[in-house]
Amino acid sequence: MIIIGENINSSRRQIAEAIASGNREYIQNEAKAQSDAGADYIDVNAAAFMEKEAECLKWIIEAVQEVTDLPLCIDSPDPKVIGKVITLVKKPPMINSITLEPSRLNSILPLVIDYGATVIGLCQTRNEMGRTAAEKVEIAGRLVEKVTSAGIGIESLYIDPLVFPVGADSNSACATLDAIEEIMKQFQGVHTVCGLTNVSHGLPNRKLVNRTFLAEAIARGLDAAILDPADKQLLGALRAALMLMGKDEYCMGYIKAFRKGLLA
Amino acid sequence: MSNELFERLTRAILDGKYQDAVSLCREAVAKGLTARSVLENGLMPGIRKVGELFSVGEYYLPELLISGKAMQAAVAELEPLLNAGGGKFHAGKYLIGTVKGDIHDIGKNIVSMMLKGNGWEVTDLGVDVPPEKICTAIAEGDYDIFGMSALLTVTMPEADEAVKAIRDAGLRDKIKIMVGGAPVTQEFADKIGADGYAKDAFEAVNIAISLKGRTRQQEEIA
Repeated sequence: MIIIGENINSSRRQIAEAIASGNREYIQNEAKAQSDAGADYIDVNAAAFMEKEAECLKWIIEAVQEVTDLPLCIDSPDPKVIGKVITLVKKPPMINSITLEPSRLNSILPLVIDYGATVIGLCQTRNEMGRTAAEKVEIAGRLVEKVTSAGIGIESLYIDPLVFPVGADSNSACATLDAIEEIMKQFQGVHTVCGLTNVSHGLPNRKLVNRTFLAEAIARGLDAAILDPADKQLLGALRAALMLMGKDEYCMGYIKAFRKGLLA
Repeated sequence: MSNELFERLTRAILDGKYQDAVSLCREAVAKGLTARSVLENGLMPGIRKVGELFSVGEYYLPELLISGKAMQAAVAELEPLLNAGGGKFHAGKYLIGTVKGDIHDIGKNIVSMMLKGNGWEVTDLGVDVPPEKICTAIAEGDYDIFGMSALLTVTMPEADEAVKAIRDAGLRDKIKIMVGGAPVTQEFADKIGADGYAKDAFEAVNIAISLKGRTRQQEEIA
């Protein structure tokens, strides 16, 4: 299971403030906390800073790499920004993200090759998002085709089937879960990844919904997630779900995480 | 007797029971109550209360949606009678869409539904709407308000572009402009020169009503 720590994101108020005020220590503490909690990648995002995005992202990347050896997940809506900052990474990064939009694909896939990166592919075309399981799987197939025909191994692709608020459409979470299972079955070697918070939009006790969704997604084959690794209840659900799916030999991942005080 | 029936109708809307809402509307009409009275005394208090409960966090998104559906079904039942009586249930004409480059439409669809439930005639331009298309629609239609949403920080500048395009096409005085979406703020709405900002679907309806009111006032002054 690949855990991508989501906390250093400029859409969060405290992070935006830390970036704006140049509070290096705050960013570094966030990176360390996520690393200690078991993250595999640290997501870095400065998209809220618009025209200053590249500059801010460079600053974040340098700050984070001073305190952790973890690889980064470079999260930007702008391929040009990704191209500018990727030169700074010390380890092969993950790129967040591509869609089927040709200009995005054409500028990001060469970076994936040059930097030995992995890449998140959203089940989204230029003007449409996959809503039903069938739509998601169909778009996933086209992403696999684009990535592999560019000479990139399928194991470098993390497909995000997209998660929508179940409060706005009762069948939307099920569509995502069905898609995860089908994508993992149809495209051997590919990974699936999700963000979790969208699923609970508009509902009470959101964290309960998020972690239950994560457990169900893991049961369907999800093998990566973008989340807050410092959320012990969420990590508890994740470790328990992996163990119950037979993906934790002798349950040692679960036991070790428990001993470290990471589960609740 | 009619008071009790109105209360049951209000309750049906609050509970999102659309079949009850429709059958109670029929019952009320059969008893000789006017469609307008059923609407104003039974249905509207219900949907207004739903909005209030949602805005204070007591009602959740699915409850807003199901009550909105009950409201739409009840209004559809009454509509022929309302129209026949000459007093059309028509709050105004609303043009809606997501900005260029943004294909997130859940929020837009909820706003659209709430507006319809409150008597607005809504024309939906869909997602990823370029400024030219917005201008054409405004020029060719007689809308009171154009509402657009941007869900991403990166698509927010497109809301600015849309306002500029409307202005450049000489259409700014023809229409009121509203803007919404997760990263959007009142400050941003003011900066781009929109007339209104709403943080959620309930507020969108209230802002729409107040903007439309202002439109009328201005017309009266003119």
